[in-house]
Amino acid sequence: MQQRDTTILTRPNLVCPAGTPAALRTAVDAGADEVYCGFQNATNARNFPGLNFTRDELRESVAYAHDHGARVLLATNTFAPGDATGLWRQAIDDGIRCQVDAVIVADIGVAHYVATRYPAQRLHLSVQAGASSPEAIRYYCREFGVKRVVLPRILTVKEIKAVHDEIPCEIEVFIFGNIGMMAEGRCSLTNYATGISTNTDGVCSPAHHVHYVEDGERNLTTMLGDFTIDCFAAGQSAGYPTICKGRYFAAGRDDEYYAFEEPRSLNLTSLLPELMRAGVSALKIEGRQRSRAYVQAVVSAFRKAVDDYLAGREPELDSLLALTEGHKETQGAFGEKRWR
Amino acid sequence: MISNTSERVVAGGEEAESAGSGPPPLFLLPVQIVLARLVRHIAVRRPSLFNRIGLHRSKQFLIVPTNLPYAMLLQPDPVRPTLRAVPKQWRDYDARITGTALTLLAMIDGRSDGDALFFSRDLRVEGDTEAVVCLRNALDDLDGSVADDAAALFGPPGRMILSGLRRIRRERSDT
Repeated sequence: MQQRDTTILTRPNLVCPAGTPAALRTAVDAGADEVYCGFQNATNARNFPGLNFTRDELRESVAYAHDHGARVLLATNTFAPGDATGLWRQAIDDGIRCQVDAVIVADIGVAHYVATRYPAQRLHLSVQAGASSPEAIRYYCREFGVKRVVLPRILTVKEIKAVHDEIPCEIEVFIFGNIGMMAEGRCSLTNYATGISTNTDGVCSPAHHVHYVEDGERNLTTMLGDFTIDCFAAGQSAGYPTICKGRYFAAGRDDEYYAFEEPRSLNLTSLLPELMRAGVSALKIEGRQRSRAYVQAVVSAFRKAVDDYLAGREPELDSLLALTEGHKETQGAFGEKRWR
Repeated sequence: MISNTSERVVAGGEEAESAGSGPPPLFLLPVQIVLARLVRHIAVRRPSLFNRIGLHRSKQFLIVPTNLPYAMLLQPDPVRPTLRAVPKQWRDYDARITGTALTLLAMIDGRSDGDALFFSRDLRVEGDTEAVVCLRNALDDLDGSVADDAAALFGPPGRMILSGLRRIRRERSDT
């Protein structure tokens, strides 16, 4: 087996998703260092029906994680609208009472609440905050004591290294899963189509606005509200019914096309060593809306890949293609800037 | 899912009449008794299942194994849960979930990811999307599998059959 130079690789935390307590236990058992999850309301960006944690579930899950040497991060990473900020403060209070190891925030007001009310609480800055420059990140560190920033998926590995050298906090990057438009925390497409905001209600393409229509020949049409998102021929791999992944007709074009981006999933397995050398402290897997089966497969694969790289072994990369959207993968902007 | 309204899907016309929203054939009576016992057994053993289903407890889920002769109609009401065999063309439902028996078993077992099965077109969902998402999440949060609960109800033969089905599923997914 080929050996690799490990002298400059540092061990990153593997940060894994959990939409349910069972998924959290699965992630911990599969080798997660940290698991992120949220409450059953608009305070987190995966506010999907039947998903997420009650207070009691979170308390029990934190105990399970701690017993197994893992940490739990509470996602309170949506933006509090003017008439409902109490919900976010309550989520912070309850999460800290449940002894979560860190809270992930996007909203400056929520960050301020954590920093002033719970100054000893570890604070992470969500990808939803869209902080991508050293200046912006340093501001959050200085004003709110942020200890880790989750970088938006718009930077190359070289740029991540440059940011790392200029900031006083840890860096977390997404390495696998759903990849959205490069306007994280600012996307209003769902709001336009349904009146429900991804950023303040915590849900992209809410299920009660989603329709699937399949004809007798198994051609599938996906719709969000009154908008047709995409049509898939029989046997063709489908994608999520999200507007940014849809195919549309447009003036000047003869055929429908992906006006924003194609349905495909991020997979940075082969870039892991470069990310570690760039100083990335935490590798994040997307997918709180996915099943235990997904969590088990993806977390296990990345646990093994990271450990192999650290041990100087070239990992045999398990194919995760079957779990990807549209059965396609991309390195997104991490690989090249021209990706859209 | 076909129509994503909170209204139940009820097709009209001759097709609906022939497909039947009426009683299924009498020869299914033993099956109905077993299914009724099964769903009550699971409801007693897994009360947490209903928490995640939330407001969709009164919804009718038509579960259609494509390679079996009949479908199942589930109403996950914690007080009075029902599960019964109906013709596949049954038209009175809120949400319809369609896949092969092994695909559906893999989902119930927590061995396959529902989104991945949707991407690959192995799983079809019509009707009330939100209700299906809730049911899927509720099943996925269970430790173990309701398939094990069901098999245990029938003792060693039940467990043997389930074990056989899982073996077939593994062999097929390996190929």
